[in-house]
Amino acid sequence: MIYIDEEFCKGCRICSEFCPTGVLGESETLNRKGYYPPVVAEEAECHGCRLCELLCPEFAIYIVNEWLDEQAG
Amino acid sequence: MSRPAENRQFTDLYLARLAGQEHFIQGDEAAALGAIFAGCNFFGGYPITPASEVAEVMARELPSVGGYYVQFEDELASISAVIGAAWAGARSMTATSGPGFSLMQENIGYACMTETPCVIVDVQRSGPSTGQATLPAQGDVMQARWGTHGDHEIIALAPSSAQECADLMIRAFDLAEEYRTPVIFLMDGEIGHLRERVVLPSPKSLRRTERRKASPGQPVFGGEAVPPMHEFGDGENVHVTGSTHREDGLRDVQTAEVHDRLVRRLVAKIENARKKIALVDIDTDDGASVGVLAYGATARPAKGAVLRARAEGHRVGFVRPVTIWPFPIDEIQRACDGLQRLLVPEMNLGQLSREIERHVDCEVIPLPKIGGVIHTSREILAAITEADS
Amino acid sequence: MTLRRLADPEFFEAFDTVEGDGGEPVLQPDYGIRDPLDGLVLDDAPAAPRTSHHRLLKYLRREVLPTTFCVGCGGGTVLNAFAHAVDEMRIDPKTIVCVTGIGCSSWIPSPYFLCDTLHTTHGRAIAFATGVKVMRPDMKVIIIAGDGDLAGIGGNHLIHAARRNLDLTVFLVNNFIYGMTGGQVSPTTPFGAKTTTTPYRNVEHPFKIADIVAAAGGSYVARWTTYHAFQLMESMQNAIDKRGFSFVEILSQCPVSFGKMTGMGDPVAQLKDLRDRSIHIDDAKDVPEDELKNRFVVGKLVEHRRAEFGDGLQELIARRREALSDELDAGLRQDTSALETGR
Repeated sequence: MIYIDEEFCKGCRICSEFCPTGVLGESETLNRKGYYPPVVAEEAECHGCRLCELLCPEFAIYIVNEWLDEQAG
Repeated sequence: MSRPAENRQFTDLYLARLAGQEHFIQGDEAAALGAIFAGCNFFGGYPITPASEVAEVMARELPSVGGYYVQFEDELASISAVIGAAWAGARSMTATSGPGFSLMQENIGYACMTETPCVIVDVQRSGPSTGQATLPAQGDVMQARWGTHGDHEIIALAPSSAQECADLMIRAFDLAEEYRTPVIFLMDGEIGHLRERVVLPSPKSLRRTERRKASPGQPVFGGEAVPPMHEFGDGENVHVTGSTHREDGLRDVQTAEVHDRLVRRLVAKIENARKKIALVDIDTDDGASVGVLAYGATARPAKGAVLRARAEGHRVGFVRPVTIWPFPIDEIQRACDGLQRLLVPEMNLGQLSREIERHVDCEVIPLPKIGGVIHTSREILAAITEADS
Repeated sequence: MTLRRLADPEFFEAFDTVEGDGGEPVLQPDYGIRDPLDGLVLDDAPAAPRTSHHRLLKYLRREVLPTTFCVGCGGGTVLNAFAHAVDEMRIDPKTIVCVTGIGCSSWIPSPYFLCDTLHTTHGRAIAFATGVKVMRPDMKVIIIAGDGDLAGIGGNHLIHAARRNLDLTVFLVNNFIYGMTGGQVSPTTPFGAKTTTTPYRNVEHPFKIADIVAAAGGSYVARWTTYHAFQLMESMQNAIDKRGFSFVEILSQCPVSFGKMTGMGDPVAQLKDLRDRSIHIDDAKDVPEDELKNRFVVGKLVEHRRAEFGDGLQELIARRREALSDELDAGLRQDTSALETGR
């Protein structure tokens, strides 16, 4: 499950550009700071690699793998 | 690997043995031993004439009391490490002379701004620049006060004998802890290399001013004149910065009131304690119209001249400030009460004279002497005789 | 020369004017905080409450978020990688001290990362950190600062710390520029680059700073970029774990200060450039020297074991005290008098 914190995002597009499977697109509405945050465009393509989560300079996007979390306990 | 637990019993045994021995040592060595007795457990330094002996004695003695001697690549690293060590729980110090003291100024300001207790020994030598590297002077008096940029206060002590080097070092560390400030120990090359008999105190008789630790969650950069401290490892997530900061230590450089409040408090905490910090040796003489004010090495020939002048029938007052900064205004004014002329022999071109002039009514006559040669009591006596005519 | 009177009231709206002695307006500073956007309504809704449950937020000082990093700054990625590394290693942040200097990269852990933080003067972080680590060998002392800070003004402290091999971890974030001050040339700026202080191109050669630290004796030396997110995180873990002086040079994008003069103002473009020009050290072995000129060699450069400085100091103390204990025992009977009489 991909979570995007729109208020932290500064619209740098690093996550969407470097997503290996093209999951993310750009929102059409501005956030309060005047940036266009990403949106999940192709959720099915997400493999949970977390590259977006690791690259983001603002902690604005992260993956929660509920199944993995359950296994880890 | 954690730091080995401090073995107090061992340290006290070692200090007692040191105290029981006869010492005929230089001021530099006495200062180092005084620091050991004061509980110094971190020395970061760099060799420089005439302060190298301080480093050498610290290197020899610190391991015995479980302390750390680290020699750095320069004075900038030395003062940096001293401050870092203090935040990690050390009673830390460094020792240098003029050129090294100049290099340390930026971080002395950092220590003021972050309220880091530490002791900086400056064994003054003839400057400016490389100057007369091996010869004494008192040319760093104003630098000790204003060497670092911005509004700040500082505490500076000036010993006049090897014994005082030892005793006053203990006081220097106590003042550093009590006011959470760097303390400058203004020695000079004369006292630093002068060999005299020194008696070290018994460890049982020492009463140390311990560091005030804050309670969990308490802010450590405000809330009272001298806030208590947290140290690294207390689990308090302390944020220490040289930028203007709020009471919780976090940066706020945009709000004028925050800076105003912080800097005024830093200045006030020492200014308001001027009398408490002041240590002045006053020897007035009834009916005297002439007085002599001297500090550090110069106080020795000055006192000699005063005693001889009195023996010759003159009435002469003598005052020796041990606390140079904050300048002990009340004590100096009291000592100069009734005087018409105050002679101030200094091994510089009149640095402290200017400060004295601001505060006293009598005429201040500087007796500057540079060239690396200390005043003789004969010279000062001649000046007394002339002033008293 | 006569001074012109500051007489334009609209220009100095922020100041109160009072009457001077001659009746003319005199300006006084006004310390009141005034928001220049006062009265400008962006929208009617109240500020959205923080709903993020990013599991790494617990490592951050939430009250200072969002960050002040520029859009797309590599510094944010370094902070991210660091938080991930600490989380994966299950290190208690209460055992970490972050020491930083001055510059954008020094602002990475300070104030964002929630742990004991020592934000020092320009170039001196490693020296401060040495004092901290010697007194608290049980804590992880981590230095994060930039190229201008650690390789410029602080270069001397960097190489001596590597030589001493104290158990410190240094993350040098190299964005090839003095970013915070607006984009001046730094000791790692590429030859020929235009910056604000090399408007006619840089005629100096840059450091290969990781190689210098390796030569100075660093026990673990690596270089990665902010593009190599996973490798960077792992390298940071290795560096933190390594006993001895460990160093990771992190090539990072600076879209604003570096980007504006080099024409690479887009963080994505800079990251792609870092990606394309990086070559792993294992592959670089087969490439001739002059073809490597414009490439970045990434990976672990050096790893070895040497006596650690802190250990050396502890041993010194232990040996000295052992030597003394015989002497002290022997002299104990004579010395008790000194202890008791309080001389």
